[in-house]
Amino acid sequence: MEILYLLIPLSVILVLVIVAALWWAVYRGQFESVEQEGERILRND
Amino acid sequence: MDVLKNSAVHYDDKVVRQFSIMAVVWGVIGMAVGVLIAAQLAWPELNFGVPWLSFGRLRPLHTNAVIFAFGGSALFATSYYVVQRTCQTGLFMPKLASLTFWCWQLVIVGAVISLPLGYTQSKEYAELEWPIDLLILVTWVSYAIVFFGTIGIRKVKHIYVANWFFGAYIIAIALLHIFNNIAIPASWMKSYSAYAGVQDAMIQWWYGHNAVGFLLTAGFLGMMYYFIPKQAGRPVYSYRLSIVHFWALIFTYMWAGPHHLHYTALPDWTQSVGMVFSIILLAPSWGGMINGVMTLSGAWHKLRDDPILRFLIVALSFYGMSTFEGPMMAIKTVNALSHYTDWTIGHVHSGALGWVGLITMGSLYYLIPRLFGKDKMYSVPAIELHFWMATIGIVLYIAAMWIAGVMQGLMWRAVNPDGTLTYTFVESVKATYPFYVIRVVGGLLYLGGMLVMAWNTWKTVINGRSVKVAIPAVNQAHA
Repeated sequence: MEILYLLIPLSVILVLVIVAALWWAVYRGQFESVEQEGERILRND
Repeated sequence: MDVLKNSAVHYDDKVVRQFSIMAVVWGVIGMAVGVLIAAQLAWPELNFGVPWLSFGRLRPLHTNAVIFAFGGSALFATSYYVVQRTCQTGLFMPKLASLTFWCWQLVIVGAVISLPLGYTQSKEYAELEWPIDLLILVTWVSYAIVFFGTIGIRKVKHIYVANWFFGAYIIAIALLHIFNNIAIPASWMKSYSAYAGVQDAMIQWWYGHNAVGFLLTAGFLGMMYYFIPKQAGRPVYSYRLSIVHFWALIFTYMWAGPHHLHYTALPDWTQSVGMVFSIILLAPSWGGMINGVMTLSGAWHKLRDDPILRFLIVALSFYGMSTFEGPMMAIKTVNALSHYTDWTIGHVHSGALGWVGLITMGSLYYLIPRLFGKDKMYSVPAIELHFWMATIGIVLYIAAMWIAGVMQGLMWRAVNPDGTLTYTFVESVKATYPFYVIRVVGGLLYLGGMLVMAWNTWKTVINGRSVKVAIPAVNQAHA
């Protein structure tokens, strides 16, 4: 199963990218006052 | 946010219009090919003895047309629309966006020509040969630049949840497409995969199932999170849950692929990993489904008079159904019965016709009148008619395939007391015949509904005009 030497590192890199994105979102205030955000799309078009 | 200054005053909707119309056109074509090959299974004479019209060549044409031409065009249209509306800005590099439209249509025409001629890489859902794969890559990278560039120039600080789903789908499909299609070209339309044997099978289904997960699930969830709240006039039931839904889904999706290779040369433990991850997926999937359906809580009456909302909500019910059925079928003992039978085909179509098809149609019914300066489609009763044709069609299709599949599984495993097989293979084929006929009827109804939609779209477009929508001023509190 040599293919796993490709697929597993690829998945690990991907998970790290996802963690980085989550980190960015949390610390850049993407998730503050989230319930308002659901309503905002109804007001503007 | 000075860097986010952007001079556009109107949304770039031309490319959205183009992709929306082509989604309807390719929907009709892809589904028509599907009905033809379903009929070929019941009546093999319909192969006409012509190689270009034979099942083996038209089947990949059907899957490519409905997934990448119909589904893909709808995803381009809705993602370009939603990202502009929720970021309150025009598209980043609109000319590049226009290029993605023409390149994507070229890819599809390439598929329509090359697949019937018999050119194939023999990888399911990745049949197209290497020159077309390269064109897909160029289109996809341009798509990513436009989409993420638009998020970069957004006027609103918060990135709406639908954009996260669209973004994940765009990145994942790029990654999957590149790694699965690595091949050594032997000539202009022939190549050999860089992987061999079971290694190739593993990467193929890593690609195959993640294409289901990211294109057919995450992408269309992006549509769901925008168009259901808009059509219902209510915010999503729990915005917090939608965020949890997104992160849970993308963290856990990548390893479900091996369930396509149960009881093959793939090592047992890898099969078990695939099974476990498939079962885990039930949780985020149902969280998202419940969140979408509960958006209507307190406004259920809207389902009674609004056929568009009915498309969207019934799509979610099929999403819930197939994301329950899928993990069950991934369990090895269940798979021992279901694998290689028509149950799999039924499962795929409950997801494809029920979830992907209906959510797309509902979203397009919301989108098309707005793109052409109308409040609603030319005929609302026609939407109603389409809804019932599609729903009855799906039920006939999947019920027929469930019965056929379980029956085939049971016939193939039946053993006489002396250890010989009770049935020959051809007996199971013969027993399946009535269900193949019922499937054709279901498919015809679904296609008929799509034709009603095409007529309705045509009438709406010729009575409307291409409108330029001004970008509203951003509320400073959000800038």
